Amino acid sequence: MEALISSIQPFAPYVLLLPFLMFIFLGLTSFRISGKTAGIIGTAGFSIVAIICYYIAIQYFFNGGEVDGVYQPITLFNLEWLRISDTLVISIGFYLDPISAMMLIVISTVSLMVHIYSFGYMFEHGHYDEGMQRYYAVLSLFSFAMLGLVLGTNIFQTYIFWELVGVSSFLLIGYYYTKPAAVSACKKAFIVTRFADMFFLIGILILSYYTQTFDFNTLNADNAALVHEKMSDIMLCGLPLTSVAMFLIFLGGAGKSAMFPFHIWLPDAMEGPTPSSALIHAATMVVAGVYLVARLFPIYSFEAPNVLDTIAYIGAFTALFSAVIACAQTDIKRVLAFSTISQIAYMMVALGVARIGEGEASLGYTASMWHLFTHAMFKAMLFLCCGCIIHCVESNEMSKMGGLWKYMKLTCICFAIGCLAIAGIPPFSGFFSKGEILSACFENGYTAIYICMTFVAGLTAFYMFRLFYHIFFYEDPDYGQHKPHDQDWKMSLPLIVFAVYTCICGFFKFGDLVTADLSAIEIHTNWTVEGISLTVAAIGIAIATVFYYKKNNIPATIMSKCSGFCHAASRRFYIDEVWYYITRSIIFKIICNAIAWFDRHIIDGFMNLLGWITNEVSDDTKDVQDGNVQSYAWIFIMGVIIITALTLYL
Amino acid sequence: MEFLTASNIIFVILSVTILFFGVMMVTETKILRSATYLFFVLFGVAGLYLQMNYEFLAAVQLSVYAGGIVVLFIFAILLIKNLGEEKEKNSKQKSIMGAIAAFSGLALCLITIFKYKFVTADFSRATEITSNLNMQQIGNTLMGTEKYQYLLPFEASSILLLACIIGGLVVAQINKEDRK
Amino acid sequence: MSMPLECYLVVSTLLFFIGVYGFIVRKSLISILMSIELILNAVNINFVAFNRFLYPDQLEGFIYSLFVIVIAAAETAVAISIIINVYRAKKNIDVKSINQLKN
Repeated sequence: MEALISSIQPFAPYVLLLPFLMFIFLGLTSFRISGKTAGIIGTAGFSIVAIICYYIAIQYFFNGGEVDGVYQPITLFNLEWLRISDTLVISIGFYLDPISAMMLIVISTVSLMVHIYSFGYMFEHGHYDEGMQRYYAVLSLFSFAMLGLVLGTNIFQTYIFWELVGVSSFLLIGYYYTKPAAVSACKKAFIVTRFADMFFLIGILILSYYTQTFDFNTLNADNAALVHEKMSDIMLCGLPLTSVAMFLIFLGGAGKSAMFPFHIWLPDAMEGPTPSSALIHAATMVVAGVYLVARLFPIYSFEAPNVLDTIAYIGAFTALFSAVIACAQTDIKRVLAFSTISQIAYMMVALGVARIGEGEASLGYTASMWHLFTHAMFKAMLFLCCGCIIHCVESNEMSKMGGLWKYMKLTCICFAIGCLAIAGIPPFSGFFSKGEILSACFENGYTAIYICMTFVAGLTAFYMFRLFYHIFFYEDPDYGQHKPHDQDWKMSLPLIVFAVYTCICGFFKFGDLVTADLSAIEIHTNWTVEGISLTVAAIGIAIATVFYYKKNNIPATIMSKCSGFCHAASRRFYIDEVWYYITRSIIFKIICNAIAWFDRHIIDGFMNLLGWITNEVSDDTKDVQDGNVQSYAWIFIMGVIIITALTLYL
Repeated sequence: MEFLTASNIIFVILSVTILFFGVMMVTETKILRSATYLFFVLFGVAGLYLQMNYEFLAAVQLSVYAGGIVVLFIFAILLIKNLGEEKEKNSKQKSIMGAIAAFSGLALCLITIFKYKFVTADFSRATEITSNLNMQQIGNTLMGTEKYQYLLPFEASSILLLACIIGGLVVAQINKEDRK
Repeated sequence: MSMPLECYLVVSTLLFFIGVYGFIVRKSLISILMSIELILNAVNINFVAFNRFLYPDQLEGFIYSLFVIVIAAAETAVAISIIINVYRAKKNIDVKSINQLKN
């Protein structure tokens, strides 16, 4: 154990320090250096970080993190930042346990690949994009924030970095700030996630007020004994206070992870550059909510199991809901966005059905983390494939694509691997992780959720292959002079790396590494469950093949039969409109108008009064400043006389 | 000691001259006359220097002030059209303000002067030393670099005078555009 | 040399405040400049008198008033050239006419 700590401690600070310095450097010098230089510096800097991350994670998992079959959480350093009271301290530190080590791998891999990929993506029409320095600076900021979030030793550090990832997400969504859609999308994302974070903060405050600590180690220790001792007797409006606090914290996570009803920002966030979508809105930031629940899992499991049930049901509903919407979208990135929501909901469901305990109880936890890992890899790959396609076709619309198989073989193969993985076809990684989630639902007795999730698995297969066929087969439009083609190595290498991950990481023994109680569990494959899900996925793929492999009118016929439903699905079931109604008609009209009145008449009135007084006073005294040297001299001399008299004779 | 010594009488005459012409100078409305009164004030001050046995300073006062500055004033007045004959109209309000400042300051200073007991030096010794004050001593003081010697300020003032010659020329010269 | 120091100080004080009065009251720039000369002379008398009566074996006040005279000469020369320039621009030398700093 000591050997492990001493071997990784010297490198640990650089994981946070390097991306931050990179951000400062690129941000400050952005007017001095070219976009290419900025990209090279950013990528080189982050590759060092990635190497350190891999080193730390591998050392932790395979070289001493495990003592007597239990992975020990390690705090590598913990610097005190703000001391609120004797016991309540906000510190910035480095907390290493199986899930944060796993997240280190995910973040560093995806981020490094996106750094490399962006090089190609930002190179268009023979020159680099103008804002490339800004882009790389914000990428560094995001990497810094995300690493800080997962490595947080205490809930407040996580919260601070949580907001920072929100900011960098905002900046990257609004990267093309001349496009009105991007501007409104970034505002929407920021406001919605901020709104959810408000609940998160309230939850933190309740939790820390009673337990007098922010520290994860203290909170989670001995099966959340501290929380049990301090909070279990307190009720709030007939609900146990712990449940309320933990639900509020989950709401913050729901905002970032786009759970219903906070999912509305994620599809619009696709206005950002595609590589950043791959990094932020598919692989890392959006799973922060899942990570948060997993981080506080002992408290959820022992003190608020009812909240976990709620999470499971919300997750199941979100998964179904967004899968249905995904079937009706025509923008390829929007389809992927809804599929992301759906897959994150899978992870939430898995956490929701899991408990810390004997037997299969904690299977969901492992399955959730496993799915997080595999999903990050294949979803990032799918996004990057989309990026290649958009780069060639210069449109996001399915109708502009088709028949790309002939032109983009590599992209097509990678995309197919991603689709098979997300649909849950062996031997790709999605099959294993998703299968475990379904088994966890089934074996913990959540039959309704199990059925729902199995159905969603079928839908997933359907819409992913609908997307796949639409892009690569379906019809063969005329692409004119510029035939689409596979991209150069900068954009292909990440695809290949992710494809390799997707092919092999299903065979990792995840149960040995990442578990709820930190000791290894045995993962059995429940063949009934797997068989059913495989069948459902196959049916989904088959339907998609029939509908979309070649252009035909079957989809149109079916859509005309239930046009109302399809229309509703393509308009995302009017949830955005509901939110608009709530914000515009209720919040703006009733609350904000009152506040605006108060602001306009009381606050502004007071300010106007101050201004009026200043005006009057200066009007009365401005004659002193008459520009006449002699009156200045008179005032000066009188002043000297008075001051002298006062100092001498008083 | 007898009060009516010759030097005392001379001092009284000098100070009365200074103050009388000073008041005349600031109250005279015709500016050319005002300059003439200034000339007499400067003479009086030179007389006071002589009384204190500082002959060199008196000479400087006469040559620089009376010979240089006052002539400069008179030339300036004559250069400016009609200024010699024009009567200056001073506003009443300003006179009152000036009087208030002058009298209150005067009162303050006089009170301070008479309240404070100056420790004057031994005069018998002083006369002895000052009788030796000659040009050579002054020259050494101005040109030396020791303590109580003033080469650096002397050089600085020479540069100041040079700058002032150039500055005066530059400021006063007529622009070519103005001439057209 | 029997007049006490206070007499010199009184004379110089009176001269000083006559100068101050003139500075505040007079209208034309040249008169104001002449009032400044009065003030400088009053100060010079003070320097010399203090030198003579308090430290007769040194020359500080003496040299100081010498420099004051030099600087007064320089100042007057520059000021008069400025005044002549003002006259060219404004066609008068009323102190009230140079108030561009006001706005």
